[in-house]
Amino acid sequence: MNKATDTQQLAYIAGQAADARVNLEIETEGMTLNIGPQHPATHGTLRIIVKLDGEQVIAAEPMMGYMHRGYEKLTEVRTYPQVTALINRIDWLGSFANEVPFIQAAENLMEVEAPPRAQWIRTALFEMSRIANVVLFLGDMGVQLGAVTPVFFAFRDREFILNQIEAVTGGRFHPNFNRIGGLKDDLPKGWIEETRGVLGRIQNFCDEIETLVAGNEIFQARTRGIGIIPADVGLAYGLSGANIRSSGVDWDIRRDGGIGLVHNELDWKVWTHPDGDSYARFWVRLQEVRESCIMIEQILDGIPAGPVMAKVPRIIKVPAGESYVETENPLGVMGYYIVSQGDLTPFRVKIRSASFNNVSITPWLLKGVYVPDVVSILASLYFILGDIDR
Amino acid sequence: MTEEETAAPEADAARDALVATLAEALGDGLVASEVKAGVDVWVRVTSQAWVETAQVLRDQCGMKYFNFLSVIDWLPSPFGRDMDAQVDQPDPVEPGEMTWGITGGQTRFQMLARLHDPVNHVGINIKADLDDDQPTIDSWITVYPGANWHEREAAEMFGVHFTGHPNLTKIYLPGAFEGNPMRKDFPLLARRVKPWPGLVDVEPLPGEDDDETEAS
Repeated sequence: MNKATDTQQLAYIAGQAADARVNLEIETEGMTLNIGPQHPATHGTLRIIVKLDGEQVIAAEPMMGYMHRGYEKLTEVRTYPQVTALINRIDWLGSFANEVPFIQAAENLMEVEAPPRAQWIRTALFEMSRIANVVLFLGDMGVQLGAVTPVFFAFRDREFILNQIEAVTGGRFHPNFNRIGGLKDDLPKGWIEETRGVLGRIQNFCDEIETLVAGNEIFQARTRGIGIIPADVGLAYGLSGANIRSSGVDWDIRRDGGIGLVHNELDWKVWTHPDGDSYARFWVRLQEVRESCIMIEQILDGIPAGPVMAKVPRIIKVPAGESYVETENPLGVMGYYIVSQGDLTPFRVKIRSASFNNVSITPWLLKGVYVPDVVSILASLYFILGDIDR
Repeated sequence: MTEEETAAPEADAARDALVATLAEALGDGLVASEVKAGVDVWVRVTSQAWVETAQVLRDQCGMKYFNFLSVIDWLPSPFGRDMDAQVDQPDPVEPGEMTWGITGGQTRFQMLARLHDPVNHVGINIKADLDDDQPTIDSWITVYPGANWHEREAAEMFGVHFTGHPNLTKIYLPGAFEGNPMRKDFPLLARRVKPWPGLVDVEPLPGEDDDETEAS
């Protein structure tokens, strides 16, 4: 029965470490503090009940469900093209990226491949939605620590990216632009040149943030060594994206086994950080925005000519089968497990969203930290409530 | 015992090795497996071997990454809520025969979990049949702490009981909610109030008649 496996040992050590952070020497009266559901640190409506001992958290339990919309049930009564309109709203800051894995899973089942031009444009918009999403994080992280200015920079510069996304797709937040077999439309005239200018702005924004926020002494004092996630614990909780790369795990689906997008034809780098603290998560995301700019520049140079839509039947019936596709979305790994039984509607869609796993570590991570760090740790995990509740 | 790889175009050493390791470690616990070379691998295990499967995969195959855990309800929807049906069925009809997906199945409810190897970049889908009347299975929390919330979600949505779970309370639904919404026989109330218009949506839009000939 008591077969001590690695993870049990790990869990034990992690539990000991978390317990050790709680100072038991000073007897203070316990208190229960309710953070949320409406709180600026939560990007939506998340409620966290923390039990405090003095200034220290001894237990934290997030309460979700305020935004649960039941997309897994709703997909069973929608046709495949209609589903993209729903899943746009999962991670609403990077909507385009939400559509891509679902469409690819459906394309796998139908054995349709998007033409090269569509794949290149998809990758460009995929990375632009990452910029739109993460830029807001970079500004927002300052707000959580009391610096209000960076978020205005973020909103200002994100607007340029959103304008470019809107110019192609017609939607700032909910593009609904992917089709099974390609894209709805081609790029508008002059878009490539305009986008080059926008990328320069984003690069400037990254430099500004690096000096203003990341280089700030107070910011470093509030984030360095706070909220450390060891790599093994992060993996066992299913953390993904920048959250796990900042714990030193060199794993990015765009590079390792991404299908259907053209990241492997570009010259770029996966950034990791050995520390695993709040600062590392901020720093890795900052580098990722820069890397996205580098990628988009190469894509703009290399988009091949040709059609943007493969030949697909007018009414889409997906053959029976099962397919799982995941991509490296702005918030982390997002995947769709589609079970099709040959109908117009999916039989079952399991939506594996990044934030749900990313936030599930909070009861462990918040144990023993101090109240002001709760907000900075939550902000550094970076979740979108739509991505937790689905 | 094992359904051998079906006429795949190329061999997939890494995924075949996974299946071989599981077959050796679990014995009769491994019911079926399927490898799609270069794409993915599925295994179906007995519900008794559920936790052991996770342990073997984590300790011997490097599957350190917990991806997700959920349930599939294979019952065809009794409400005809399908685009093929012109309107919703006002009353549930007797559902048709169940057809299972990859690696087959024998019961209505089936566990579906996915693990990943972050070093060699191989994932695996694991399925297990559950009892029809009282779906119960052991919790994965001792192996992967991240399974905690996934199991809570599966429990409230499908009514599956996870033995050994410390806190199997509702995660999304209000506390007094009755029923398991993701089960196929749970009606989607929005559809009961306003029935699905069916094929009305597929009516051609003005100006679209010309494209009709060229597409499909």
